[in-house]
Amino acid sequence: MIIAKPKPIEEIIDLVKDLKSVLVAGCDGCVTVCEAGGMKEAQVLASALRMYFRQQGKDTKVEETSLTRQCDRPYIAQLDDKIEKYDAVVSLACGAGVQFLAERFTKKPIFPGVNTCFIGVTEEKGEWTERCQACGDCILATTGGICPIARCSKRMSNGPCGGSSSGKCEISKETACGWHLIYERLKELGQLDRFEKPNDPKNWATSRDGGPRKIIKEVSQA
Amino acid sequence: MSTNNTSKTPSKLQKIMDAGDFGVTSECGPPRGADGKIVEEKANLIGDYVDAINVTDNQTAVVRLSSLAACIRIKQMGYEPILQMVTRDRNRIGMQADILGAASFGIHNMLCLTGDHQSFGDHPNAANVFDLDSTQLIQTVKMMRDEKKLLSGFEMKVAPEMFIGCAANPFADPFEIRVSRLAKKIAAGAQFIQTQCIYNMDKFKEWMKGVVDRGLHEKAHIMAGMTPMKSLGMAKYMKNKVPGMDVPESVIERMAGVPKDKQAEEGIKMCIEQIQELKEVEGVRGFHIMAIEWEEKVPEIVKGSGLYPRPKID
Repeated sequence: MIIAKPKPIEEIIDLVKDLKSVLVAGCDGCVTVCEAGGMKEAQVLASALRMYFRQQGKDTKVEETSLTRQCDRPYIAQLDDKIEKYDAVVSLACGAGVQFLAERFTKKPIFPGVNTCFIGVTEEKGEWTERCQACGDCILATTGGICPIARCSKRMSNGPCGGSSSGKCEISKETACGWHLIYERLKELGQLDRFEKPNDPKNWATSRDGGPRKIIKEVSQA
Repeated sequence: MSTNNTSKTPSKLQKIMDAGDFGVTSECGPPRGADGKIVEEKANLIGDYVDAINVTDNQTAVVRLSSLAACIRIKQMGYEPILQMVTRDRNRIGMQADILGAASFGIHNMLCLTGDHQSFGDHPNAANVFDLDSTQLIQTVKMMRDEKKLLSGFEMKVAPEMFIGCAANPFADPFEIRVSRLAKKIAAGAQFIQTQCIYNMDKFKEWMKGVVDRGLHEKAHIMAGMTPMKSLGMAKYMKNKVPGMDVPESVIERMAGVPKDKQAEEGIKMCIEQIQELKEVEGVRGFHIMAIEWEEKVPEIVKGSGLYPRPKID
């Protein structure tokens, strides 16, 4: 899923402090699972903003809602008849959701309430880690199911580099060396022969380097 | 014998090691400013005592006068530079352009590196590139030289002639993959290898045995990396702070065992002893002396190790 992190409240206050009415819009998708932008977080943020405005002696109206998904038109259309009531929306969806709202409600400022961070997994309650960089050309079949683009700090195709120490990356003792993991996994799979074959330069055209991406589903011939 | 050194280049360093002599290289770190004279001063200190001079490429991710520009200066002084290139700062377009630029000035040695992560340097907020890694940079230079083609497939009328080097760290983890990783770089086309600074002689010899057992020393020239300790403080710093460095306690004890004003001398002595010992290790074909901000000591180390005068190549 897409992992996000709530923005500091001060940053959000700075965006909305002069407004008369604000809608905090959560998203029931990924950001709910990673506890950054679901209904619960929308309620918490809205309460905090109401408290702020009260302390400032302002009667700014703050309301909250949450949409099934902010990356699908039928769901964001649910705001069509309410949006006029608000001066702006703080969206707690990922960057895709924020932009999709902005595209639909062209006259309303839509502010991001979270920082969208990465595609990752839940390690344990309250801890998420990165797994995928959406390069558009998956090589996991050759790397023991561990992605060197997402898990190596230098996205090396032929790692590990000389900075790998006790299974940790040179950038931090908290970060596992992706290539150490790949090596251990290939060993377990009996595929160490893969390890010595140089991997050719990667085609990054399917990644963000190729410009904004688009997929059109091919019609099945079956 | 299948050796990467059947590809001959105009490199003097290659000729010396191909002829069976020990190669000797040292390095010159360019300044953090535009003063090119500093490069020349450093090159003058070491030039007559080595076969080629490595020029670091924004080492430890700190911005410095460019490796290519410094190499051109060194070349114009009549010495032979080794262009170090990291894949951190430029993509395949920028790197191939610089390789062509280097070749146009008669630079015939390259050391292909991935480079330290930018979080170590003076611009930790920079984006990194890593379009290629060191192994792929080796492949790229080899393709440009042997096939006269760019990575795009474009055929060049005049191709760069590069003696291709890479680094190896026998002391990084996991130790068991360090020989296979070298094998991979040699399979990609590396012709000479400069190792990480050696302090743990036993571990280096164990690695070297793995290299020799697989015949890798016959495919590429292995140059042992040497960095003399300047002081006890430096020894401790290298042991505790520098990633991938293996400094045994015995080295610390030896430095601690002499008065402060004699530590530099002891460091040089230790370095010379290590070179003498490594000359006898099968597969070691040369020495890469990295006297960090201590270039003036290189002549003493080279002479003391019986590696002077350097062979003349016509």
